[in-house]
Parts: sequence; C-alpha cells; structure tokens
Amino acid sequence: MQKSKLGLNFHKVAKARQIAGNIAGEVQKFVGRYTTVAVERTLCRLMGIDGIDANEAPLPNVMVDALMSNGVLNQGVLYYIGNAILETGLTPQEIAVKVSTGALDIVKVKTHSDNEIKEALQPYIDASIERIKANRKRREEFITNIGEGAKPYIYVIVATGNIYEDVVQAQAAARQGADIIAVIRTTGQSLLDYVPYGATTEGFGGTYATQENFRIMRSALNDVSAEVGRYVRLCNYCSGLCMPEIAVMGALEGLDVMLNDALYGILFRDINMQRTMVDQYFSRVINGFAGVIINTGEDNYLTTADAFEEARTVLASDLINEQLALLAGLPENQMGLGHAFEMNPDMENGFLYELAQAQMTREIFPKAPLKYMPPTKFMTGNIFKGQIQNTLFNEISIWTGQGIQLLGMITEAVHTPFMSDRYLAIENARYVFSNMKSIGEEVEFKNGGIIQSRAQQVLDQALDLLMQIEKEGLFNALEKGIFADVKRPKTGGKGLNGVVETDANYRNPFIDLMKGEKK
Amino acid sequence: MSSGLYSMNKSGFDQTLDLTKVKPYGDTMNDGKTQLSFTLPVPCNDEAIEAAKQLMRKMGFENPQVVYYKELTKGFTFFNCYGSCVHSVDYTSIRVPKVESTVMDMHETDEFIKTHIGRKIVVIGASTGTDAHTVGIDAIMNMKGYAGHYGLERYEMIEALNMGSQVLNEDFIAKAIELKADALLVSQTVTQKDVHIQNLTELVEMLEAEGLRDKIILICGGPRLSHELAKELGYDAGFSMNSYADDVASYIAQEMGNRKAKG
Repeated sequence: MQKSKLGLNFHKVAKARQIAGNIAGEVQKFVGRYTTVAVERTLCRLMGIDGIDANEAPLPNVMVDALMSNGVLNQGVLYYIGNAILETGLTPQEIAVKVSTGALDIVKVKTHSDNEIKEALQPYIDASIERIKANRKRREEFITNIGEGAKPYIYVIVATGNIYEDVVQAQAAARQGADIIAVIRTTGQSLLDYVPYGATTEGFGGTYATQENFRIMRSALNDVSAEVGRYVRLCNYCSGLCMPEIAVMGALEGLDVMLNDALYGILFRDINMQRTMVDQYFSRVINGFAGVIINTGEDNYLTTADAFEEARTVLASDLINEQLALLAGLPENQMGLGHAFEMNPDMENGFLYELAQAQMTREIFPKAPLKYMPPTKFMTGNIFKGQIQNTLFNEISIWTGQGIQLLGMITEAVHTPFMSDRYLAIENARYVFSNMKSIGEEVEFKNGGIIQSRAQQVLDQALDLLMQIEKEGLFNALEKGIFADVKRPKTGGKGLNGVVETDANYRNPFIDLMKGEKK
Repeated sequence: MSSGLYSMNKSGFDQTLDLTKVKPYGDTMNDGKTQLSFTLPVPCNDEAIEAAKQLMRKMGFENPQVVYYKELTKGFTFFNCYGSCVHSVDYTSIRVPKVESTVMDMHETDEFIKTHIGRKIVVIGASTGTDAHTVGIDAIMNMKGYAGHYGLERYEMIEALNMGSQVLNEDFIAKAIELKADALLVSQTVTQKDVHIQNLTELVEMLEAEGLRDKIILICGGPRLSHELAKELGYDAGFSMNSYADDVASYIAQEMGNRKAKG
C-alpha cells in the first residue's frame, strides 16, 4: 500500500476509482454507438484532406456536409472516400476538391466491398500514422538527447492575437525559463464548427488555432529549444466543437500538450454533452497515440463555485476524467488532470487547505503530470498583492510535486500578459522552485492536524458525490448542476445536430490502430 | 483557461520598430503600454479615479485605465494604472558619456601599475556625509570583494584604506593629505531629497580650496550616480550599478598613467 503523508485511506481511493470507472463505462456505452461531424472531418484530415474551397470553407467540412445533407453520414466518410478512390483513381485530396467544385457527387459513386475499400484507404492510413509516430519520436529523441526542464514544468500563455507576435513572446518566454508555451485561441473559436485555415494575424484575446499556426509556432519552438538546450513544449486547445480535429492537427504538427476536456465545454461553453463526449473519445485516442499530455479543466469549476466548498467536485471530476482517458487508451503519464489554487485570500489558514488539497491530488494520481492552475478569481488588479498570491501558489506546487505549473500573471483580469508580466512570473516560479526544492521531502504533516483532516474530508465528500453520480448517470448529474453550479440539459447546447448514430457497417480503423500501437 | 477582461484594442498603429521613435512595448510593437502606480492626496471616490485618469492623460498616456485603487488612509488613495504612452524617443541620437578605460583584471592592473607608475598607488574610500551604508564602498574596497571580483585591498600595487561610513568631508580630506592619496572614492548609497548632490559638491569645493583637486583622481559611485552626473559635479569619473573593483582599479591605473605621460 502506498504511503500517505495525509493519512489517506487508499481503500477509499480504490473504491472511488472503481465508481468513477463505472460512470465512465456508462458514458462509453453511449459514445460507442455514435459519430459526429467533427469526428468525420477528423477522418478526412487523417486521409490527407486539407485546404479550403472558393468560399473559404475547409474541404473536410465540404466532404462531411455533402454526406450530412444526403443523410448518409451514419456510413462514415471513409466508406465514401474509399469508394471514390476505387472509382476515380484520385487521392482523397483530389476527390475533396472535385466534391467542392461540384464535379463529383460523392454519394453517387459506385460502391465496393469492405475489403476493397480497406485496401484503397490503407496507404493514406499508413501515411498519417507514420507522420504522427515520427513527430512523437522526434520529441522523445530531443528530450533523451538534449533534455527538458524539471517538473513542475513552467507553463505560460501567449495571447497577442497575431501568430508572428506570439512567436516573439514565446521565444522570449522560453529563454526566460518556460517549459510549455500555450497559444491562446481567439474568443469564440470553441463555438465554430470548423477550423479556420492558414496563418492568422487577428483575433480577440488570442488568435485562431489553425494547422499552419501550429506549424509556425512548433518550428519557432524547435529553434529556441535547440538554442536553450531544453525541449519547450507547445500547448493548444482541443476543446469546443472541433475537439478531435484540433487533436489530429496537433498530432500532425507535433504539438505536445492539449487542453482536452468535454466537461469543460459542457459547463463553460454550453456545448451539447452528447456531441462533446463522442468528440472527446476520439480526440483522446489521438492524443494518447501522439504522446500528447492532455490537460483537464476542473480548475474552472472553482472560478464559479467556491474553492473550499466544492473541492470534492474537482476530485470527483478528476477521477472520472482519468477513467474516460484510460478508456481512450491515454496513459496516466499523459494525464494533466486539473486543479487550482482558488481559495479566497482572506480565508484564515487558506494556505493549509490549499496545501492539503494539492498533496491529496498528488497522492491519488501519483503518475499524472497534474496541471495546477493559479489564482484568478481573487486577482484584483493590485499587482503587488497578486505577485504574493502567485508566490504562495508556487510554494505549494514545489512542495507537493505538481506536474505542470500554469504560472499566474500579476495582470490577470487586467489584460493579456505583457512580455514583462511573463518575465516576472517566471522569475518568481524559478526562485521558489529552487529555494524550496526539497521541502516536500523534509516536512511531514501533523497527525490529525488541519492539513490531514482537510484532505481526508475532501476524499470522503468526493466518494459520496461519485456514488450519487453513479446512481444518476453522468448526463443526468450534469443536468442537475453537479459541477461548478452550472446546469446543462442533455439535448441543449451547441452542436447536437452534428451527432449521428452509426450504421452497423460503420468503421473507424484509427481507433484500434491508435489504441493498439502504443508502447 | 483563466478568464480575463481581455480588452486589447491594438489596431490602427504602425507595428514596425523605428529606433528614431522608440516607445514602451507591452506585447505588440509600438503599443506604448506602461504600468504606473502612484498615490493621490484625495479621498477614494469616483472623482479620485477620474483625477488619476486626467493626470495620466497629462503625463502623455492614452486610454488610461485604473485597474486597482485603495484608500491608504483617510484622504490618500493609491492607484495601479495602465496606459499607452504617446511619447517616443530617438534612440539613435542618444550619446551617454562613459568612463573610458579598458577593464583589466587584478593581475593585469598590478602589472600595469608596476610598468607605468613604478610605485604603489594610494586609494582612500569612504561613504561620506550622512550616508550610513557601506555596502557599495565595501564591495569595491574589501579584500573579499563582491560577486567574484576581488576588492582593492587585495591588489598588490594598491594601498587601500576604507574609512567606512558617515565620514565628514573635512576628515576625508585630512586623511588624503596625511597619506598622500592618489585617488579618492566617495560612495553614496541611500540618500534623501538629493542630499548626496550637495555633499558631493561640497567635497569638490573643499578640495579646490585646499589646492588638491588637480593632484587627485576624484571618483564617486552609487546606484543613483552616473558618469555623466559625476562629470557635471566636477568629478573625474562616476560608477553606477554593476561596477566592480576591476572597473575602478583599471580606471585609476590608466588615468594615472595618462597623467604621468602628459607630464
């Protein structure tokens, strides 16, 4: 049995994990019977289809819309692409161009046997799989041969709204000590049911996630990684209506970290829960295969709900997210499960409670590169106090061995970070991480004291909550507002019309290939 | 993701770097973004916030934003603010006077003195006037030095005397005469209301009255000082932050060499 500094009862942890597994299993029964427009567009991209038509509609959308409008998306886009390859002898990209100009009616193409289709698709399947594997290998070799930063990885955002200016900021941050650069997307991208094309120099509070922007930034980080002798990871946002599409674009361009959480989309972007659960499954299969660390969004619960009262919802959700990720074949060491330092600074002993919860999360998910989020809710514009709040947050992180430290910015809630804001945040984290490096190994907690009691209490509460969710099912629990005080109906929200029950003949060969091919 | 009131209106200005018109950089070239904090002697209310904004406009900031305010005590309100600076400077036309000497390490300086001066040189240092801080003069003079740079006391060819803090200008000059000092180092670390300027000026006047000014290399140093200011005040050189014993010793040795060569 694992040793706990908090006196945690690991039988209770195992029980909680088992219940979370049941909850995730129920969700998966639903997910397995459906596809979505986003999943099918993802398959188009895996076939090498990219680019836009004369009206700037992305070709994957053109293909999927053609099937959707004919009511045959339940057969899956690969079925039609396979038939079209066999009939025309063209590549999937050439086929998509012909569909976009009206030169080819994809649903009227003569049909062929499953085996013939499989053979026709195979070279394109292999090409994508090989490209993603090569990206993964490149990352692993760089880390083995040249190295990476120590955990907690220092994670900062760039958000200028212009990908080229973002490059300047990202390289500056890498030189100052950042390990992960997250390029913030423009406000509202998560609600677009397509992914824009090409390099972008506009946006509000960030710029678009596009495959070309991914390539530009990864290439810039490759340069600076070589310069600083430390692999600098690139993070983007694989959430919203294009979850699996963003996942595959990231996999094709060698991204390293992805926000990837259906629950976040449901609660905070009002995305339909059925749609996003199906999307999430395939996106996590892809992220798992690509070696991408996913980040989950539990920290956000605490921006709307109270961080002390609702700690149990964070733990319960982390456990469910862990099980959903395992079902998608994503290993524990790629699970950046989320939690946050969001208690009211006026709370007496707040630091002790934060410490208890961070240590508890660490002990319950020992292999996961936990993503620890900074104070945001109680950042006031008093940048001097903000710097202290961030310092306390950094202390807890090094003390409890967090995996990914999303650095707080003194100008949180004021503006997107200045270059100088990021510098001060990195300097703060590096100072604390070095100066307090081994404190976690040195200091133990008083038996039955405030810290131990708090952690045990949160575990007990989370266990109760999980039992309640198991009884209701996750979808019903979400309808009742169990997380973050937000209620979402099962048939409400955005994107439900993009969900299609699959036909018995439906095939997505990538699921088995990607889940089976991990080391 | 962390939420924020993202309101960066950054369109409508030229984003190319022009060194003849340099302005602050927030996250986009020429955005002029500047962070300020100050306190106004008024009570905390809407008028106070408006006063802070109007003041920022007068200081040359567009789109002044007050992001935090707090009444520190009755009648005093503290502000954190951001704005876009409308002013720019011509970086290409700037010329800052600097101490002109080649920086040598301790052994090179000792060799230089042996070769060009032919005797040990005498350097006296002090933190003069009301200043009680010795961190600066100690860093330059003490045997151990600072940040890996040995102090003047360790130099074979320098007789160094550190008189410490709060030394009166009279006593400093008396010691210079007694020891036949070649160079005087005056340190001014923390001062209030520019008292260090008066003190430094007084020393120059007193040395001139004694007829010593031309016979001595007179140097001042401290975080608020610059070479330019030192020259204005009648010193031979001034050293600011990030200067070490190497810089000072190299300068003294070379300046003495120059003076000797000129006869």
